[in-house]
Amino acid sequence: MGGRFGDGAVVPEDESVIFHADWHPRAMAVTVATGPLGQWSIDMSRHARERLAPKDYARFSYYEKWMAALANLLVERGLVTRDELAGAADAGPSPLADKVLTRAGVAEVLARGGPVERPSPVTPIFAAGDAVVTRAQAENAVVPGGHTRLPGYAAGARGRILRLHGSHVFPDSNAHGQGEAPEPLYAVVFPASELWAHPEHPDDEVVVDLWQSYLSAAP
Amino acid sequence: MPHDHDEPHSLLPSDPALRVKALETLLTRKGLIDPAAVDEIIDTYENRIGPRNGARVVARAWRDPGFHAALMADATAVVAEMGFYGRQGEHMMAVENTAQQHNMVVCTLCSCYPWPLLGIPPGWYKSDAYRARVVREPRKVLADFGVELPPETAVRVWDSTAEMRYLVIPRRPEGTEGMEEEALMALVSRDSMIGTGLARQP
Repeated sequence: MGGRFGDGAVVPEDESVIFHADWHPRAMAVTVATGPLGQWSIDMSRHARERLAPKDYARFSYYEKWMAALANLLVERGLVTRDELAGAADAGPSPLADKVLTRAGVAEVLARGGPVERPSPVTPIFAAGDAVVTRAQAENAVVPGGHTRLPGYAAGARGRILRLHGSHVFPDSNAHGQGEAPEPLYAVVFPASELWAHPEHPDDEVVVDLWQSYLSAAP
Repeated sequence: MPHDHDEPHSLLPSDPALRVKALETLLTRKGLIDPAAVDEIIDTYENRIGPRNGARVVARAWRDPGFHAALMADATAVVAEMGFYGRQGEHMMAVENTAQQHNMVVCTLCSCYPWPLLGIPPGWYKSDAYRARVVREPRKVLADFGVELPPETAVRVWDSTAEMRYLVIPRRPEGTEGMEEEALMALVSRDSMIGTGLARQP
């Protein structure tokens, strides 16, 4: 939705406000607690939120998206059945119950996180300062309608390489269970005038983190 | 009445509070979550991990040139040494404001944010309005926060589209020479580390 018009004001809030309803922290924590079951990657869970029906995506609040995506993933990955979700069947213990995150395990799981830098057979072909062009379409090149991390506003845009971050897991592949396929990830800087018809300032820029597959050398 | 082809989530109660409750109850019954672990995760982010972590990093960078240089070179390693690492902070980079350039951070695709340093993202960071607007009209967004930049300052917006997480180092206010770390931390607001604010004057 980057660059979209019509969304209205951004409403600041005090640093002490963390959640806005009693169910928000539970929605966050239930989602975090199911991660260590190992049945999906962060790319799959992001994709599960993105591919909610557009009418639901638009009407759901932030944590409602998390809940809906989690429910869908649980069924798709076979962890719960539709009948269990509907309350129409008695839920028995899951064969995955031995992987449950316990209170004692929380600190370690949060501390470990999910690093995504990997050795990769793909050699970086760009260096800082190189002029590049992004893919013309912000779409997954392999899976039609699949997950991608090239924002629509930065499709077909000319920028330059600011920095090579290293080789990172490729979400376009990993979100679809097709392997981590790590490849070079770059910070690419675009002049605002390349992205917007009416930039606020001649020297403004937007930096986007983009995988090598999204980029080609600028002519 | 939901049909077989409807998305599974439509089988849950539609009221969000009831929806979470139903999901939590089901997952607990199946042994897939432990309610005590859920409580522990909430306690961690409500009481232990939040923007004061990031403020300590900024204050130290202001005071200690050696720390500053190391932070700008390899933020992940430097903040890990301070105990700030893990989920949603696996790959960190610090970006520093100057008179010529003001940095702002967003995730237009979802809500990526440096949790170990800043905690849970604020509501506005996750809002459609911020995600849609800040890349196109950063100054108008700053105006919503009561911030105005000098005309000579350009804005660089960082869209967190991958697993890199960005911490903005705000400009150090004048008149703060010789101040201790704790006193400097009080000048570092959460918003100043996202780029929607400036450091407070002492």
